[in-house]
Amino acid sequence: MRNVVPVLTVVVAIFALWYVAAIALNAPWAEDKAKRAGVTLTTSQLIADTWSQKKPKLPAPHQVAAEIWKTTGDMALKGRAFSKRSLIYHSWITFSATMLGFILGTGLGIALAIGIVYNRTMDMSVMPWVIASQTIPILAIAPMIIVVLNAIGISGLLPKAIISMYLSFFPVVVGMVKGLRSPGAMELDQMRTWNASGTQSFWRLRLPSSMPYLFTSLKIGMAASLVGAIVGELPTGAVAGLGARLLAGSYYGQTIQIWSALLTAAALAALLVGLIGIVQRYTLRRMGMVR
Amino acid sequence: MIWLMAALVAWILGWGANIWLSRRPATRTTRLLVPVIFGLTLIVIWECVVRGLDISKVLLPAPSLIAQTFAGSTTLLWRDFVQTVVKGALSGYLLGCGAAFMMAIAVDRFPFLKRGLLPVGSFAAALPIIGMAPIMVMWFGFGWESKAAVVVVMVFFPMLVNTVQGLEATDVMQRDLMRTYAAGYWKTLLKLRLPAAMPFIFNGLKIGTTLALIGAIIAEFFGSPTLGMGFRISISVGQLAMDLVWSEIIVAALVGSAFYGGVALLEKAVTFWHPSQRGR
Repeated sequence: MRNVVPVLTVVVAIFALWYVAAIALNAPWAEDKAKRAGVTLTTSQLIADTWSQKKPKLPAPHQVAAEIWKTTGDMALKGRAFSKRSLIYHSWITFSATMLGFILGTGLGIALAIGIVYNRTMDMSVMPWVIASQTIPILAIAPMIIVVLNAIGISGLLPKAIISMYLSFFPVVVGMVKGLRSPGAMELDQMRTWNASGTQSFWRLRLPSSMPYLFTSLKIGMAASLVGAIVGELPTGAVAGLGARLLAGSYYGQTIQIWSALLTAAALAALLVGLIGIVQRYTLRRMGMVR
Repeated sequence: MIWLMAALVAWILGWGANIWLSRRPATRTTRLLVPVIFGLTLIVIWECVVRGLDISKVLLPAPSLIAQTFAGSTTLLWRDFVQTVVKGALSGYLLGCGAAFMMAIAVDRFPFLKRGLLPVGSFAAALPIIGMAPIMVMWFGFGWESKAAVVVVMVFFPMLVNTVQGLEATDVMQRDLMRTYAAGYWKTLLKLRLPAAMPFIFNGLKIGTTLALIGAIIAEFFGSPTLGMGFRISISVGQLAMDLVWSEIIVAALVGSAFYGGVALLEKAVTFWHPSQRGR
C-alpha cells in the first residue's frame, strides 16, 4: 500500500509528458494549417489545436480515451457491442485466439516438462533445444504459419492460436522443469521411506511444489500468447482482431485508432496477467505456501 | 514408401543412439553429442517425410532445398541481415539498454521514484509493446531508424527493471563495510553495487537480445524499404517462395543464437565470481 503514492506520481508524470509531447509533435502541422489560412495562432490556440487534431502525429490521452469509449461503452449502450466497428468485437477475436493458444501451450509445456524430468534421454536431447529455441525470434515465422495452414484449409482461430501456443509453451517448459525438480533430496527420500510409488510422489510432492514456478511462467506465457495472437493477425490482411486494427490504422494514417487498439491490447494483457495473479495468490494461500 | 521407411529407420537409430549415450556417465562430449544427434535426426526425418509423402514445396520445403536456396542467395541474405540486424536491431539494442541503464542509475538515487517506477516498469514489460511498431514507422519513416526505435522501446523496460533490482542486490553489511572504508556514493557504486548488480544486468541484456530481433523483424511488416529480413519474409510468403522464407528464418535463428551466445560469453567473463558460473 505504501507504493500507491509513488506509483500514482509516476503515472501522472507519464500523462503530463504525453500531453507535452503531443504539443511538440503536432505543433508543426497546426502552424502549417494556420499559415495557409492566413492567421497567426496564440499559444493557447496552438495548444488547443494540437490536442484536437483529426490525424495527429501523437493523439492526446483524452482523444484516445474518447475513441475507446466511442468504440466500446457507447456502442454497447446502443446495443451494438459486437458490431464490426466495435473494439469489444476485435478484442474478443484476439482474446479467443490468445486463450486457445495459451491453454494448448500450457498443456504441451507441462507434458513436455514431465517427460523431461522423468526421462533422462529426453532431458539430454530436448532440453538444450528448448533453451536454444528461446534465442530464436520465433515470431518471424508467424506469416508463414498463417499462409501454410490457410493453404491446407485451416483458417480462422487455429493458426493464430498455434503461434500463441509456440510462444507460450517455452516459459512453461522451463519453469515447470525447474519446479518439478525443486523438491530436495531430503523430501524425495522421505517419500521413499513412506514407500510411495512414482505416481504418488509426483502427485503429492513434485506437482504441489512446482506450483509457484508454474504461476510465474503462466504470467510470462500469457503475455507472450497475447503478443503471438496480435502478430498472427497482421498477415491475414486486416480482417478482425486488435492486430488487424493496428494494421488498418497504419494503412490509413488513423493514429487515434492505432493508439486505442494499442491501449486496449495493453488493458487486455493487464487483465489476463492480473487474473492469473489473483488465482496464484488464492491457490498458494490455500496450499499454505504464502502467508 | 522407401523414404518413409528411411524416416522410421533414422528415428530408431537416432533415438537408440541417444538412449545408449544417456545411460553412459555424462561427460562433456555426450552432453554435446546427444542434442546434436537429436537435431540431425529431426532434419533427416523431415527430409524423408517430405520426399516420401511428396509434400508440395509451397507447404513445407525439404531441408536440402532450403540449404540450396540459402547457398544460392547469400548476397541477398547478407544485405537483409545488414539492414535488419546491424542497422535496426543492434543500434536500437545499444541505445535502449544504454538509456535504461542510465535511467536505472538515476532512479536509484531517489527511493520515491524507484518505488513508483518499478511496478510501472514491470507492468510495461508485460504489455504487447510490439504494437508500437506502426506508430514508430509513422514517426520515423520506413528506414532503419523506425526499427531501431521499436527495439529501443522493447528492450527498455526489461532492462530497467533488472538493473534497478540488481542495484538493490547488496546487503546492509556490505554497504556498511564500504562506509567504514570512507567510500562515497560513486566509489560504492563502482566498486560494490555495480559488480553485484552484474548478474541481474546480464539477465536483462539476455532477454533483450531476442526482443531486439523480434522487434526489428516485426516492425518491417508495417513498412520498410525494399530490404530487410521482415520485408523479405512477408514478401516471399506472398509469392509462396517458402524456401527463401526458411532461409531467412535460418539467418534469424543463427543471428539470435550468436547474439545470445555472445552476451552469455561476456557474462561469463564479467561475473566469473558468481555461484551460477562456478563449479561447472
